[in-house]
Amino acid sequence: MINAERTLDALGDPTRRLVFKRLRAGNRSVTEIARGLAVSRPAVSQHLKVLKTAGLAVVHIEGRRRLYAVDRRGIEALRSWLDGFWDKALVAFRDAAEREAARERKPR
Amino acid sequence: MTDQTVSSVTDPNSVRKMINVQAPPAVAWRVFTEQMATWWPLAVYKIGKAAAVDAIIEPRVGGRWYERGDDGSTCDWGSVLSWEPPSRLVLSWDINADWQFDPDLKTEIEVRFIAVGQDATRVELEHRRLDRYGARRDEMRRIFDTEGDWGRLLAAFAARAAAA
Repeated sequence: MINAERTLDALGDPTRRLVFKRLRAGNRSVTEIARGLAVSRPAVSQHLKVLKTAGLAVVHIEGRRRLYAVDRRGIEALRSWLDGFWDKALVAFRDAAEREAARERKPR
Repeated sequence: MTDQTVSSVTDPNSVRKMINVQAPPAVAWRVFTEQMATWWPLAVYKIGKAAAVDAIIEPRVGGRWYERGDDGSTCDWGSVLSWEPPSRLVLSWDINADWQFDPDLKTEIEVRFIAVGQDATRVELEHRRLDRYGARRDEMRRIFDTEGDWGRLLAAFAARAAAA
């Protein structure tokens, strides 16, 4: 089970978002992901670890190489986020509709 | 965190919600469709560069659903697929993984307003076809492998959720 809040938190960091974007290219090693980024390779490893914990990255072992890719469960996090979004929006909608109904019931 | 007044059903490709409102369907319909800015979390969900001040649904099938910014600019969110006042509304939500309007990537929001007695309404909402983002493999691959950037979509959600 992916924790949506953790997923969204994980993407709150701009460098981590950049690392995540690079995962879309398919299975890549840490070195490949770090290439051209303004952060160190260990820092990229750390970001990958956070992304993995958040359900946004998966690791495949190929021989002696650890290759990272996007974890499709991220979409589930999006659904969860929308779920919470609609909870909030509908409660706000209900309050607005009830205010409007109360206003109309009042004699003028 | 789940608000207990809103109930949910689990389905991987849709979000379903139900809420009871102490207002007749005509009022609920009007507030939903004509006064969206009074309740829609514009601080959380908007796509334009300008600060959004209003969300507008054009009252007809094929009408636009869009936000208006404080500089007068507008950004489409989708369109009206069904317009049946005061009982049923279907909107398409055409925001792609680039956080851009994209008429090819429609998710659907169906809202039903069901009278409960004289002065109350049960509002049922379904946001469906989320699989258009995820479960359809070729599309998912296209989104991941080409310019489409659903990471930015999630990031945009994150930024907006954090700002809320």
